[in-house]
Amino acid sequence: MPDTASNLGRVVPVAARTNAPRHGAIVRVTHWVTAACFLALLISGMEVVVSHPRFYWGENGNVLMPALFSIPIPASRATVPTGYGYVLPDQNGWSRYLHFEAAWALVFSGAVYVIFGALSGHFRRNLFPDAKPPVKADAWSYNPLQRLTYLVVIFLLFPFVIWTGLAMSPAFVSVLPSTVTLLGGRQSARTLHFFLSVSLVIFLLVHVTMVWLSGFTDRVMAMIHGRVRVGTEPE
Amino acid sequence: MSDISRRTLITRGLVAAGAGLSGLAAASRIADRYGLIPPDHGGVYGPGETLTYAVHRLLTRRSLAREFSRSEISTAPFANETGPKPEAFRRLEADGFKGWTLSVDGLVARPVSLSLADLKHLPVRHQITQVACEEGWSYVAEWIGTPLIEVLNAVGILPQARYVVYFSFERDWWESIDMADALHPQTLLTYAMNDGDLPVPFGGPLRLRVPRQLGYKSVKYVTRMTVTDDLTRFGKGLGSASPEGGYAWYAGI
Repeated sequence: MPDTASNLGRVVPVAARTNAPRHGAIVRVTHWVTAACFLALLISGMEVVVSHPRFYWGENGNVLMPALFSIPIPASRATVPTGYGYVLPDQNGWSRYLHFEAAWALVFSGAVYVIFGALSGHFRRNLFPDAKPPVKADAWSYNPLQRLTYLVVIFLLFPFVIWTGLAMSPAFVSVLPSTVTLLGGRQSARTLHFFLSVSLVIFLLVHVTMVWLSGFTDRVMAMIHGRVRVGTEPE
Repeated sequence: MSDISRRTLITRGLVAAGAGLSGLAAASRIADRYGLIPPDHGGVYGPGETLTYAVHRLLTRRSLAREFSRSEISTAPFANETGPKPEAFRRLEADGFKGWTLSVDGLVARPVSLSLADLKHLPVRHQITQVACEEGWSYVAEWIGTPLIEVLNAVGILPQARYVVYFSFERDWWESIDMADALHPQTLLTYAMNDGDLPVPFGGPLRLRVPRQLGYKSVKYVTRMTVTDDLTRFGKGLGSASPEGGYAWYAGI
């Protein structure tokens, strides 16, 4: 195994490199299931957007109506005016199958995580704002900004992206019409779903950057086998 | 970890896996009996698709698609593209579709062939509903026609009926729905739209509107319907042309 501590330019005494617990098993499993599902949802979601890269507000929108905005990419449908002289191949079939299957897996994994987080004290201990000043052992816990970010992602962005997704299901809204009417209509739901996905992608980029800056291998290994080597924490 | 605890762990794991598998098998038998398994349940996307369909069938059996007010009717409805019409279609169109027929057969007591005039003698329903395409666009229009349930009642469906398969005049365009959708009051054999006859680009002279599912289930130019208890006998056995082209059979999402 490469010695990441010295890679970071810090020499740590061997005796200090004992294992310390970092993430519980449920957090680790649900983290990676969520990561895999999010990747599948992102790829398939982008593929579906390619069939109609125009967005609207309100109940209705189609190529005969002005768009709120368009993404300047070629489309996979000849009926969409994009300015490009060609049409991309249609990939919506498998994209949609994958999107909904990954959404189910993400919802199950998310439910397990949230129930565990509430019952075990994980949210209270690790994510809710911490009143006491950080002590040495907390130095590689989460700071207030990180805690707030995780709370926003877990309790705002994910529930809202699921809601706006369900609002686009004609069968689901036949049971709960307010799912879509509260958002201002089907096209508003679609546009919000897009921006929420963009927000989650921004979170992912920042998250991976932070992991990179704080020692990629150690952080990733901590999320895989649950332990981190004491002495490798950032100052 | 000691050998004993490892052995215990493996035994417990096997027992749990066995219980899980027999639970799944039992769940699958029950799901099949209550019609909760879609015809395209195989393959890597089968579990997700089955879960969606089963949950929707438990939640939405009787729910009504959203209906809109007259002021919400789109001024710019989009018909989407359809292929060039064959000569036989254009001859029928030139004659005002007087010769258009819808045949209904399969598991029915009295198979019939109905003209548009015959359909218009059956009870009529007006509904303002949304067309939502899987691509993402949508519009709202008023649809006027005969509820499919009226036709099914007239021909007398047999008790073992489970699906209605419907075919377009266009080659290789066919779909099917389960009885929950077939007997649903908003499933409409549509012959008029907004202020006039249903225009050809929108599916005229006859389109089956299934407003609780995405637009591709609302097949244009419907000429034949077959009531069946077994979708494996049609095409590649996946329920409709959609799964053969890679798209989900159930499109309520």
